[in-house]
Amino acid sequence: MQHSIGAHVSDHDHGHVDHEGLKVLGFWIFLVTDCLLFATLFATYAVLHSHTNGGFTGKDFDVPGFIIETFVLLISSFTSGLAVLQMHKGNKKGLIGWLVITLLLGATFVGMEIHEFASMAAEGATLSKSAFLTSFFTLVGTHGLHVTFGIFWMIGLIFQVSRKGITSVTTRKISIISLYWHFLDAVWIFIFTVVYLMGVM
Amino acid sequence: MNTSHFFVTGDPMIYGADVSIVLVTIAIIFYLSYFKKWGWLWREWITTVDHKRIGIMYLLASLLMLFRGGVDAILMRLQLAVPNSHFLASEHYNEIFTTHGTIMILFMAMPFMFALFNMVVPLQIGARDVAYPFLNAVSFWLFFIGAMLFNISFVIGGSASAGWLSYPPLSESQFSPGPGQNFWIWGIQISGIGSLATGINFIVTILKMRTPSMRLRDMPLFTWSVLSSSIAILGAFPILTVSLVMLTIDRLFGGHFFTMDGGGNPMMWVNLIWMWGHPEVYIVVLPAFGVFSEVVANFSKKRIFGYGSMVFSMIAISVVSYFTWVHHFFTMGAGADVNIVFAICTMIIAIPTGVKIFNWIFTMYRGRITVTQPLLWFYAFVPTFLVGGATGVMLAAAPADYQYHNSYFLIAHFHQVLIGGVVFGYLAGLYYWWPKLFGFKLNERLGKWAFWLWQIGFYVCFMPQYALGFMGMTRRIYTYNATMGWDMGWAPLNFISTVGAFLMGIGFIFQAWQIIYSIKHGERDVTGDAWDGRTLEWSIPSPPPVYNFAILPDVKGRDSWWYQKQEMKNGTYQEQPVKYEPIHMPKNSGIPFIMSGFWFVAGFGFTFEWMWMGVVGLIGVVLTLFARSFQYDTDYYISVEEIERTEKALAQKRYASVQRTAN
Ligand code: HEM
Ligand SMILES: [Cu+2]
Repeated sequence: MQHSIGAHVSDHDHGHVDHEGLKVLGFWIFLVTDCLLFATLFATYAVLHSHTNGGFTGKDFDVPGFIIETFVLLISSFTSGLAVLQMHKGNKKGLIGWLVITLLLGATFVGMEIHEFASMAAEGATLSKSAFLTSFFTLVGTHGLHVTFGIFWMIGLIFQVSRKGITSVTTRKISIISLYWHFLDAVWIFIFTVVYLMGVM
Repeated sequence: MNTSHFFVTGDPMIYGADVSIVLVTIAIIFYLSYFKKWGWLWREWITTVDHKRIGIMYLLASLLMLFRGGVDAILMRLQLAVPNSHFLASEHYNEIFTTHGTIMILFMAMPFMFALFNMVVPLQIGARDVAYPFLNAVSFWLFFIGAMLFNISFVIGGSASAGWLSYPPLSESQFSPGPGQNFWIWGIQISGIGSLATGINFIVTILKMRTPSMRLRDMPLFTWSVLSSSIAILGAFPILTVSLVMLTIDRLFGGHFFTMDGGGNPMMWVNLIWMWGHPEVYIVVLPAFGVFSEVVANFSKKRIFGYGSMVFSMIAISVVSYFTWVHHFFTMGAGADVNIVFAICTMIIAIPTGVKIFNWIFTMYRGRITVTQPLLWFYAFVPTFLVGGATGVMLAAAPADYQYHNSYFLIAHFHQVLIGGVVFGYLAGLYYWWPKLFGFKLNERLGKWAFWLWQIGFYVCFMPQYALGFMGMTRRIYTYNATMGWDMGWAPLNFISTVGAFLMGIGFIFQAWQIIYSIKHGERDVTGDAWDGRTLEWSIPSPPPVYNFAILPDVKGRDSWWYQKQEMKNGTYQEQPVKYEPIHMPKNSGIPFIMSGFWFVAGFGFTFEWMWMGVVGLIGVVLTLFARSFQYDTDYYISVEEIERTEKALAQKRYASVQRTAN
């Protein structure tokens, strides 16, 4: 067996791959697929947004509501960036602090969205009212579910950081969740423009 | 829901299935308990993260599904063999063609393909595992659970009957109430998520896990085909996921994506599902092309002709396959302009495919050809795929398609490319790499019987169907009357077609026999290089040790193992001193299996529209994800001593059998 394989050039690091870097790369590729997922939802929304079945239309969105939601999410994206900055400085307390603020802002956002959905439903604008509303609730709700999942994930990571400190593994995990968080922010900008702004205009 | 609806009742065939399922389950449980194999099953297989074992499990599952899909095919052909047949009722026929199509594509072709990915790619690129071994196990178990969920619909709740792509409005709750359609949705939803993860896994594996000296342009063509197929998975499967979610929302929550009322648009589903569905057929056929590239080069003892154009044509196919989806519904009425664009894109795909066929033939030209089982399947592939491709171009001519659409001509066409391309390709791969994974070859004589039965059966079965299409027989009809049958001539052709289906069925039985026979009597291979191969997988023992390569191989260009053997033969090879280093490996984990169990709970709950159960399942899934996130102790090192011991034992085993054959 030994002679069947060529020699081993040992100027690289034993051929051991950088596992943390590998995981970040995989997450980027996952985000590509998530992008396509949202793209499909946007495309359906574009096809169906005028199929209002004589009910609730884009003109009826609650303008101050969605503008505040947008600000809350944008600020949370900023604070998640600050968390990463603290992590790179090696400041565990700062990292955890900013993460907590980020997830509180995220929770506020989700809370406002639930409130928006509930008040629409109370007016009779439910998912089963029209194709427009089905596609609206699905698109915006999918984003909301992503944020909700991110909140729980972040809670899990806060525990891990507080236990393990800032290691190469936790650094990778925090980088990945902040990537995820920024991504959700970017998707929201599209929702804000395509769904809400173009709706009320 | 009372139990009389829960269990499917009333059909003697299904009672038969109930009995056999119970008996087989008892037999398996008895066997495992009697021989105390539960621990072994759990440690060695269920929790494994080794790509080779995962590949073997995919392979087993896909062969089982080929059997199930094949039985469905035979049942359908029996029903259609003579006019006015009462063998299957119309609803039962609908269920069977839906199940057959879904199983063959999603639970036979896909896992067979993933079996080959797993069995071969890391070995071909000199890697010790895939990029994400844990995720790889998750993918397998998601596929497995999805397939099981889909299959139990047979005896519990009832099967889907709206066709393998379940067009609305038929697949909406108004027209297909009950769990059958939900089984279809959740079965492929769960396994689809697994497929997506596999796509990501293999892209990263191929880009990042190659042995450091292997450049992209040194990669074997099978690996290139896996890369292009995985990229297509990345683009296509999210669309499937979303489409299934939308259909679920329509069915479970009264949404209006695809309904006839409330502003819904059923044609939107048809567009979305084919935006996934068309790339999907290229996803499954590209790796078959990859297999043929390896097989042809190997058994011609030549390097592949036109390597660059092979790579380019595969990438071209995976890109252009995104711009052809409308050819599945030219009759929708999108208008001549739209149809023309998609017709031309479809025809363009024939060009890179043709290039590949020429390249294979040029590779064989003046080669030293040995006709082995893998090469036989390639010989069968060429004419079959050629005719299938030609009838595909006929279908792509939009105005003419108004005649062929949804006729038996179409059925004949797509079976010709799916069987001639995908199945023949994967079988070639199975015969070719079997000795690598198991250490023995599959018996040649039985294989030839199987081969000829498949070939003759194929042409006898599907050629008459082209004619039937021209004679006006449409797909998905469960019976035809005597006027059609005798006066219009459908009956004789249908009967012949059924005979062909049986021949293929017998061919499959020969293959099952061949495998069982060869486990005992197959020609053992101790060299690790059963076919005098060219690529890295043949440089290590068969079956390979857990870590594949004790030392990461040093590659000097394409077909490196072949040239190294040349050097070794003429004495110019410079042997380097071996120095082992500890090998970093992932630990086994039970989480993928448990997580899939929760997916099963979720899928089952949503299928029966028991929301609480669905939600419980999903919460379970999230909890297992958390459990994994909190695990830090996920890897271990294989020590140098252990590597030395393993390698010595492997070398001794080889030496001993060389001695034995010499005597
Ligand atoms: C092994 C021999 C096979 C036979 C004899 C066979 C036979 C059939 C028959 C009789 C139908 C139904 C036609 C109709 O009534 O409309 C059918 C449909 C279909 N088959 Fe096969 N088949 C075989 C293998 C395969 C394979 C290997 C695949 C895919 C990899 C496949 C994919 C499909 C699909 C997608 C459909 C359409 C189902 C639908 O209409 O919803 N078949 N096949
Ligand atoms: Cu197509």
